[in-house]
Amino acid sequence: MKRTPMYEQHVAAGGRMVDFGGWELPVQYESSGIKAEHLNVRSKAGLFDVSHMGEITVEGPDAGKWISKLVTNDITVMKDFQVQYNIMCTESGGVVDDLLVYRYSPEKYLLVVNAANVEKDWNWFSTHLPADGVIIENISMKTAEAALQGPAAEAILEKVCTIDVQALKFFTFTDSATVGGIPAIVSRTGYTGEDGFEIYVPWEKGPELWDLLLEAGKEHGILPIGLGARDSLRFEAGLPLCGHEYTDTIGPLEAGFGFFVKVDKAGGFIGQPVLKRQKEDGLKRKIVGLRLEDKGVPRSGMEAADESGQIVGTVTSGGYCPSLDANMALCCVETPVPSEGENLWVMIRDKAKKGTVVKRPFYDRKYKK
Amino acid sequence: MTKIPQDLRYTRDHEWIRIDGGSGVMGITDYAQHAMGDIVYVELPEVGRQVKAGEDFIVVESVKGANDVFSPVSGKVAEVNEDLDGAPELLNEDPYANWLVKLEPSDPKEMDSLLDPAAYAKLVEELEAEND
Repeated sequence: MKRTPMYEQHVAAGGRMVDFGGWELPVQYESSGIKAEHLNVRSKAGLFDVSHMGEITVEGPDAGKWISKLVTNDITVMKDFQVQYNIMCTESGGVVDDLLVYRYSPEKYLLVVNAANVEKDWNWFSTHLPADGVIIENISMKTAEAALQGPAAEAILEKVCTIDVQALKFFTFTDSATVGGIPAIVSRTGYTGEDGFEIYVPWEKGPELWDLLLEAGKEHGILPIGLGARDSLRFEAGLPLCGHEYTDTIGPLEAGFGFFVKVDKAGGFIGQPVLKRQKEDGLKRKIVGLRLEDKGVPRSGMEAADESGQIVGTVTSGGYCPSLDANMALCCVETPVPSEGENLWVMIRDKAKKGTVVKRPFYDRKYKK
Repeated sequence: MTKIPQDLRYTRDHEWIRIDGGSGVMGITDYAQHAMGDIVYVELPEVGRQVKAGEDFIVVESVKGANDVFSPVSGKVAEVNEDLDGAPELLNEDPYANWLVKLEPSDPKEMDSLLDPAAYAKLVEELEAEND
């Protein structure tokens, strides 16, 4: 199994290590637990080791054109040092992966992809597009990454970062910062629904970055956060997870992320014809949010039924939301989908448990824009 | 330090049981609650249900996922702990004081196949060594 450079720190801090897509990472820390970690990110701050994420650089005169063919969003509107959320689709409109695109210049980009998909994405690139006029490099194993998230994230980073942290806008980045003396890429991005930053440094600098951010955050009540709370935070904040809200068959429009899909984009992209048709013909299914009224915990893969007991869809993500103290689900169901306030039932171990459709996201995101 | 009271019997699946006369009371062990993490819901069986030893009849849901709980012995569910309904986290706080169900065992001999505290302590020790 692969280990991030912060492995020793996790073990020393009582991290309960698990296998996550071939990476040995903490699901939680003994002294806190998932619920406490989750709430700490919402009220104070948390530090996540996300060194397992994949980083791929794309350079060359045709870099923008090359990326544009692969992703759903319009990267031509990007300015230098902006970050854009993107989805990479299959020909049939399913999802290969979702990713962040960082633009340094019209000829240089950084793609940040899901850890479990680095190899799949790399193969996807090579089989779907000739790398004519571009040089792509997988720098995943050279890059350590930490995510500093929560209302105190800005105050913590300010103590150790050379740039004007307050001036760094949501979904922008800089590559000319140092954090505790370490040259770093810093973006105002994250996966929790809180304000925060993602910080990229050379692999071997990971432990030093980790320790200094925890030290700087001590007076603000920072905690290291494991994968368990990473998932509950993103779920509550309505952020999709590849393999759940996005699959080979559930595309970005059905998942409710049509904002990031420009079906009329010039030059086209893989999956565009299918997604354009879906949009024109109307979706056959959609993901809705559900608050369970009956007792029980909905989980990914469970069936969703209507009042008559007819199965109308599947739970894509489900679980307990610590900030709401409620059991919630995202369900991909056939259209017409029930409106807010109407009911759907989740089949939990052969029993129909009643839920009410609610707006997404469940938790109002606290981004600093 | 994992708590293992001396007056109970244990299963390899981390349930405990105590039998007083004709009736038994059972729950999950300290090791189990710790492994599960923050417990958010307990799905208890219906009173009167007949269960066999080793049958899954309770589900303990933690933030992480659903965990099956197996009956240590065969018998009838006589009572369920309603206190857990509004406060499932009691299982994290004290999994021995906060029992799950009371059972009427149908075959007292089954108790002989359960682990005594020393044997269960050995099992836990082995598991904890594996996880380190």
